[in-house]
Amino acid sequence: MTARELYEKLKPIQEAKGYQFNKDLEGTTLPLLESLLVNKERYGYMVCPCRLASGDREKDRDIICPCVYREPDVAEYGSCYCGLYVSAAWNAGTVPHVVVPERRPADRFV
Amino acid sequence: MAENIRLYALTTCIHCRNTKEYLKECGVEYDCVDVDALQGEDREKVLEEVKKLNPSCTFPTLVIGDRVIVGFRKDEIEEALKG
Repeated sequence: MTARELYEKLKPIQEAKGYQFNKDLEGTTLPLLESLLVNKERYGYMVCPCRLASGDREKDRDIICPCVYREPDVAEYGSCYCGLYVSAAWNAGTVPHVVVPERRPADRFV
Repeated sequence: MAENIRLYALTTCIHCRNTKEYLKECGVEYDCVDVDALQGEDREKVLEEVKKLNPSCTFPTLVIGDRVIVGFRKDEIEEALKG
């Protein structure tokens, strides 16, 4: 599967849940979807491209995309940690684009 | 100009790529460690280094001289490069 195919497949599903893909397709969304495919190949599951996976699916469960932190991050910042999923307002530029801090508790890291 | 610039990154992370791009634009030399490309003891050793600089062990972690910048923060990088 290519990043573009993954994009076409996920877009309607995620938009129905209220999440848009980052409007910067070439610079952010497609490279991140490509990274998810790389991680699927590496680990067997689509772990977040911007977090270091342990390789243990159980330990990484909270950061398998869409991660459990997406909802609070998009609610608070308009964007998830890696920038793949954003709110309509974020894409419209009516909310500031800020660096989203890591919400995951440090003790969950490898 | 800061002499010691070291970037801890993930090959899959877009913020890390943007940091690499920006450092390239600024024309600075830097060491880069792609942590997700390391295995076993090498990875463990590097993770210990990262945790000392950035206890939450997130990426990118960028060291410019004695300054540690976590996340792709362009303005902070620009300021730190001015030294």
